[in-house]
Amino acid sequence: MVSNIKSKYAANELNLNKAKFKHNIIALAIWSTALLTVSLPLMMLWTIGVEGFPQLSLQFLLTEPTHAGRSGGILPMLISTLWILCICLVTVVPIGLGCALYLSECVTADSTIGRIVGLSLDVLSGVPSIVFGLFGYAVFAIQLGLGFSILSGGLSLACMVLPLFIRTTEQALRACPTAYRRAAEALDLSLFAFVARILLPSAASNIAIAFIISTGRALAETAVLIFTAGYVTRIPSHWSDSGRALSVHIYDLSMNVPGGQPNAAATAVVLMLLIIVINLVAHRLSKRWQLLE
Amino acid sequence: MYDEISKISALESDQTEKLHNKQAILPPSTKPSAERITAPPVSLTNVSVRYNDLIAIEQANLDVPAGQITALVGPSGCGKSSLLSTINRMTDTIPGCHVSGEIWVGDKNILHTSTDLSYLRRQVGMVFQQPNPFPLSIEENIRFPLKEHGIRDKATVNHMIESVLTQVGLWPEVNSRLKQNALRLSGGQQQRLCIARCLALKPSVILFDEPCSALDPLASATVEELIKQLTPTYTVLMVTHNLAQARRIADHIAVCWMQSGCGCIIESGDTESIFERPIHPITRAFCQGDKG
Repeated sequence: MVSNIKSKYAANELNLNKAKFKHNIIALAIWSTALLTVSLPLMMLWTIGVEGFPQLSLQFLLTEPTHAGRSGGILPMLISTLWILCICLVTVVPIGLGCALYLSECVTADSTIGRIVGLSLDVLSGVPSIVFGLFGYAVFAIQLGLGFSILSGGLSLACMVLPLFIRTTEQALRACPTAYRRAAEALDLSLFAFVARILLPSAASNIAIAFIISTGRALAETAVLIFTAGYVTRIPSHWSDSGRALSVHIYDLSMNVPGGQPNAAATAVVLMLLIIVINLVAHRLSKRWQLLE
Repeated sequence: MYDEISKISALESDQTEKLHNKQAILPPSTKPSAERITAPPVSLTNVSVRYNDLIAIEQANLDVPAGQITALVGPSGCGKSSLLSTINRMTDTIPGCHVSGEIWVGDKNILHTSTDLSYLRRQVGMVFQQPNPFPLSIEENIRFPLKEHGIRDKATVNHMIESVLTQVGLWPEVNSRLKQNALRLSGGQQQRLCIARCLALKPSVILFDEPCSALDPLASATVEELIKQLTPTYTVLMVTHNLAQARRIADHIAVCWMQSGCGCIIESGDTESIFERPIHPITRAFCQGDKG
């Protein structure tokens, strides 16, 4: 009798151990996938950093490239990138905000017009960036006669970033509690007052994040700009000048210029640092806004 | 709970004095004043509410007497809230929602196309189940709607803020921190702020959609007491799940029930007769706790 109970106990223990083992294996698998995800960007930073960091100096940021970029710095590319980014964002923000407001406040998602706008946004965001490049070249550079210029580059980039900005902003606006909408309705507040005083401030932090995501996307884009902004390495003096963006510079150095690899890596480090800084700023801002709320 | 209530009633008498001294825009509810237009009765005749093909309310008839509290009771999903929101036409913005019949607020059928929606929303205020102050400061919650309705004079607005906050018993609690975000107030305080915000637009009818169901018992008692104080200055129609609450504060009760798939008002009358001498068998079962 006693031995029977003992053996039952032992069997039970064995089962328990098996379950523990299984649990450990699963935990290990989950942990390693998480570790892999974290290590990927670190590996990327490491590979680029090892080659790029030694080249990095203030000199690198503040001088013009020489020998087709093999030596010298990236000042013109920084300036061109900022120009292109400014034009892109100045175009995207008002149009995108307007469209997002229209989608979230004026139409329901299942109305015909809401569906048409939504569908075209989905199609647009699925279009490969090279197609935006060709479109920008055909429309802005050729038809509108803007040529290879910062302006054509910025506008083409805006076309590409627009759907992303609209969708993320729309989500930010829709996240505004319906309780506020109902209260505004019951108090007969005008749509304008509601949008300006309640909706936009309460969605501001998320809209800022939408803005940052779009900036990051625009900053990293290459294919659109090769065909529209061109790749002249001069400092642009006007928005009708051609200019080479950072990403285009990286592409050109690593593909077309033998011996350009170290400077390409250094430029990539700069670009990544820029994106990281922008993200940090966004994070800080959204935190501060949340505190204010 | 009783402590809280007595505190509030002490407050009430205190504010009554204050308001009299200042010739308040909104007279204290305990003493109806001649300077105010008397609250109108509300009457629903054969009102049906349809969402596309689904009938939510079928041929509802209801009389809400002027300057009294009428409670709309019944189980969830029988269309009480839908019926309530027809009275300030909040149903207009719900896609596919169609309201038919006649709804008289005073001598106007507000379902008529000529109704000035803006005027209606000011005349018929609404307070929701979940307290929903705007994410603005306490005073801005009241100032902002006033400004939107063209009341911008600083002195008038400040006076109004003080007077409505006093009326809901919030003034002593918040007068030192009017610039603080309203979302930091407790649930009960938020709900009273919402009532104050609603009162600031000088409605004559106030609709309450389960105003206490998201609040704890203490806050609930405070709000209940406040609603009681609103009569006879305002006509109050209140949806509630809580039969005991309805019995405590309502002068009249209307019982809403699902019949053959859509909501109907099966019986209405003054509180005593509904609880003591119900005619409809469902009312009898419901009010005596056998159903619902």
